[in-house]
Amino acid sequence: MSELSSLENDEPLLLAEGLAKNYGRLAACRDVSFALYPGEVLAIVGESGSGKSTLLQLLSAQLAPSAGQVSYRMRDGVLRNLAELGEAERRFLFRTDWGFVHQDPAQGLRMGVSAGANVGERLMAVGWNHYGRIRDTASTWLERVEIDTGRIDDAPKTYSGGMRQRLQIARNLVTEPRLVFMDEPTGGLDVSVQARLLDLMRNLVSELGLAAIVVTHDLAVARLLSHRVMVMKGGRVIETGLTDQVLDDPREPYTQLLVSSILPP
Amino acid sequence: MTAMIELADAEKTFTMHLQGGVELPVVRGVSFRADPGECVVLSGPSGAGKSSILKMIFGNYRCDSGRIGIRHHGKVVDLATAEPRQVLSIRRSTIGYVSQFLRAVPRVATIDVVAEPLIVNGVAREEARARAGQLLRRLNIPERLWTLPPSTFSGGEQQRVNIARGFISDLPILLLDEPTASLDAANRAVVVELIAEKKTKGVAMVAIVHDDEIRHLIADRIVDVTSFAAAA
Repeated sequence: MSELSSLENDEPLLLAEGLAKNYGRLAACRDVSFALYPGEVLAIVGESGSGKSTLLQLLSAQLAPSAGQVSYRMRDGVLRNLAELGEAERRFLFRTDWGFVHQDPAQGLRMGVSAGANVGERLMAVGWNHYGRIRDTASTWLERVEIDTGRIDDAPKTYSGGMRQRLQIARNLVTEPRLVFMDEPTGGLDVSVQARLLDLMRNLVSELGLAAIVVTHDLAVARLLSHRVMVMKGGRVIETGLTDQVLDDPREPYTQLLVSSILPP
Repeated sequence: MTAMIELADAEKTFTMHLQGGVELPVVRGVSFRADPGECVVLSGPSGAGKSSILKMIFGNYRCDSGRIGIRHHGKVVDLATAEPRQVLSIRRSTIGYVSQFLRAVPRVATIDVVAEPLIVNGVAREEARARAGQLLRRLNIPERLWTLPPSTFSGGEQQRVNIARGFISDLPILLLDEPTASLDAANRAVVVELIAEKKTKGVAMVAIVHDDEIRHLIADRIVDVTSFAAAA
């Protein structure tokens, strides 16, 4: 690891403080605080309705919190409250410094345009204008996510579910983001396709030194991808720690229930 | 003296909430140390808490009270109270753990499973693979298997892959949970050799071995875990 990155590691990339979200009288998310460091992968686990997707939306500035705040360290090293960012800064985050991998690739891709354009579009949004370079970079990324470059001119609507998900990942990573949000990234896929995708994501995350926040109800995904895990129930974080520690030595009754409910391989 | 590992009054109890909150005391008063170049073998019957102690030293099981001092980058860190980030850093550059079973990512080739601990520490992929190959060869894993994921291997082969993965790094502490359990005599001898080489490099080890002959060959000191029994 380089000198620089180990220095950076001492300062959090993202900081959540007392985050809460109420929908009328329903508290979807209550008092969530944590720090995420560069290169760290955090899994948020819990059953449907536990508040994990709401939390992901709060963290990625897609939803305004009812209380608390999220701060993010911009590339100039300054920690900024997301709620106070200007439009240009927000755009920079969404188009460049962040990635967002949706469970349904159709939400994160443009299904009717070519795979190459899907990847190239993020580059054009940050000012790339040389067609040849954009195409080369797009095709390099297709290779990295194991998509045959012969399919570069085909639209993702002609792709299988696993390929679409890999294309979505390429589209997100092409701008070299520092933080990627993932919402049930292996959710709708066959088990065999899931394993391949997990392996790919795990390698990319470690090669690129990405920080990631992964929402999943699948503890196996949390175990394979994440360093740290937060267990949510009823909108609260009920247990948090190193992933293998929480999964192998769960303390809270609900976490013990989750862990004991996994079928043996 | 500069102990690499020093446990003082470490204690572990499981609370089984799904069984009506039953408290299952595992160990208490665990105190021992391991110095550089020393192999400490934990002894005691099955269920005495030997594996739990190893898992506590690795930070895999939480420690309820007491201290687990680990020398990390020249400073002593108490693993019992360390932040997750610190524990990860300790695992990356100080403590290696050879578990009883291989827990590998599906689809990853054996050679890459073994090389991975070097790659995460910044060794170039080619060199890491070359060293992985040497170790696999020593452990009698035929080269034609290297590109296959280990999930299809026999129990003994998987255990050898696991050993190769555990021994490849130059970490100053190694925890060994029954490293020779499912191996034949020839491969057991290789593991004994690997442990001896680690000792000459000053690696501190804590091991669990049931085989008396192997224990005799590798142990510099034996710690009887029954004395830490947490009789309720």
